[in-house]
Amino acid sequence: MTETFDHEHGSGEDTAPGDERLDGSGVAQGIRGYLMGLLLAAGLTAASFYLAQSPWIWPHGVPAALTALAIGQMGVHLVFFLHLTTGPDNTNNVLALAFGVLIVGLIIGGTVWIMYNMNHNMAPMAHMTGPSG
Amino acid sequence: MTVAERAAFPDDPHHVGHGAQAEAPGHGAGGPAGKRIVVGYGFWIFLLSDFVLFSCFFAAYAVLRNASAGGPTESRLFDLTTVAAETACLLISSFFGGLASLAAGARQMLWFQAMMGVTFLFGAGFVALEASEFARFIGLGAAPQRSAFLSAFFSLVGCHGIHVSCGLLWLLTMMAQVLAKGFRPDILRRILCFTLFWHALDIVWVGIFTVVYLTGVAP
Repeated sequence: MTETFDHEHGSGEDTAPGDERLDGSGVAQGIRGYLMGLLLAAGLTAASFYLAQSPWIWPHGVPAALTALAIGQMGVHLVFFLHLTTGPDNTNNVLALAFGVLIVGLIIGGTVWIMYNMNHNMAPMAHMTGPSG
Repeated sequence: MTVAERAAFPDDPHHVGHGAQAEAPGHGAGGPAGKRIVVGYGFWIFLLSDFVLFSCFFAAYAVLRNASAGGPTESRLFDLTTVAAETACLLISSFFGGLASLAAGARQMLWFQAMMGVTFLFGAGFVALEASEFARFIGLGAAPQRSAFLSAFFSLVGCHGIHVSCGLLWLLTMMAQVLAKGFRPDILRRILCFTLFWHALDIVWVGIFTVVYLTGVAP
């Protein structure tokens, strides 16, 4: 059974995660995509580092701003580096990602929620948190 | 897809419900998927399970971040200059990893080896910076056994660091395999998996520098 790299790029087939469907100028187009991803990711990272120490934002709003920037940057990585698209050839990849995001959200969100409530319901433990405790 | 095909199913431009006629992807109607798709998809599932693994460490960190037991706290330990340098190293490394995969697709041996070499250098720079950061913390008495906060910190960030170190070994293996065996389809599939792995580690690092470092030092 012969199998080549280019065969997989034919139309009407699924795309492997990480593979990019290049139509047109091939490598130059690919390099442009990675450059765009690099610039966007660098910009979002710089904004995150600036915001974390910036006096211009209400302190309680900083975590929300950082979260938004991080989610945006993860999106940039997924689109420009991992080449996830909304096209039909990517349905399987995106569905798997959606399931992964669901589990990650359940684990992190659920843990933080439950532990916050448990801490809230605990008796004060100030005497146990010292170095001798 | 041609315009005529699209016009044939105006309500269903992507042929999601017409797999048998149009060999729509994702339905197996066009026959079994190629090996590259199956391998890439399987590795994608593994990466998602790796994200689930990391999410457990993230959850532990979020719960224990203030449990410093009277020892060093986040804002006293973290140095954002080091973190910015680590972030830059990993992002640039990820970028050159992408260029290496393009070079592999174009069967350019010299470009592939050069891009992988640059990817390795920046990745190694990241690991070196992280190792020196850990050494500095331990020198300050902030070792993993000092407090629950530090245990959670070292397991989360250290787990990512171990992933990157393993990735560097994998990277060198791929350089050697391409040199020895050329751009065979099986080698190209391994390169696909490696680049997926490398980009995924960068995504995890975005979570780490946001949740651990930036939120830790924010006012």
